[in-house]
Amino acid sequence: MPIEVNGKSYETDEEGYLANLNEWEPAIGEAMAAAEDCQLTDEHWDIINFLREYYEEYQIAPAVRVLTKAVGKRLGKEKGNSKYLYDLFPYGPGKQACKYAGLPKPTGCV
Amino acid sequence: MAKKFMYLNRKAPYGTVYALESLEVVLIGAAFDQDVSLAFVGDGVYQLTKGQKTDDIGQKNFSPTYSALGDYDVNKIYVEKESLEERGLSLDDLQHLVWEDEDEDWAEKDSIRLVSRAELADVLAEQDITLSF
Repeated sequence: MPIEVNGKSYETDEEGYLANLNEWEPAIGEAMAAAEDCQLTDEHWDIINFLREYYEEYQIAPAVRVLTKAVGKRLGKEKGNSKYLYDLFPYGPGKQACKYAGLPKPTGCV
Repeated sequence: MAKKFMYLNRKAPYGTVYALESLEVVLIGAAFDQDVSLAFVGDGVYQLTKGQKTDDIGQKNFSPTYSALGDYDVNKIYVEKESLEERGLSLDDLQHLVWEDEDEDWAEKDSIRLVSRAELADVLAEQDITLSF
């Protein structure tokens, strides 16, 4: 089902993940979040931007365990735990944040 | 108790799906807290080479993903010396894979262990489960 953002239409897969990650722009993340009643804050964007950088470097979305550890290291220990990440992304930090970041669903994520 | 898992990689990275499949299974399996090792033998050593470029074959270059293995606590990566030599390669032709030791203030350590055919045979003999790709 395509998603409409600023008058442009973007292809997504059956679970709402962006088909072509090169088409991503922040407004798409905003629109996906709004559709799920999620208001994106700076804290959300820290995670989304981190995921995009990780993907850029390693060509994969990290597993939640890896994300948690990396966030703790990069953004501070108090943020490197699953409670913090699940508070931001209640549907699962891997699944939900990757979707808003325009990335494919993490490998091994069901 | 954690079992010793060995993923044995024997094929060139592209042309068949074995290399990518192996890598994905390793990443998924790493979530289960097992003792994971990887070995690269035969044409499998090409999987770790630097500077892979896949634009002209229309496939994703997944070689950068090997650098993420350290994040997944996969840090025992055996490369068979004879396989490299038979192909005119040396460690310098491979990516420099590292992991960060949390217990030593994130000190970077090498993941790749260059071993002889005989040494690798001993490592394989110690495993509980060996998956060959």
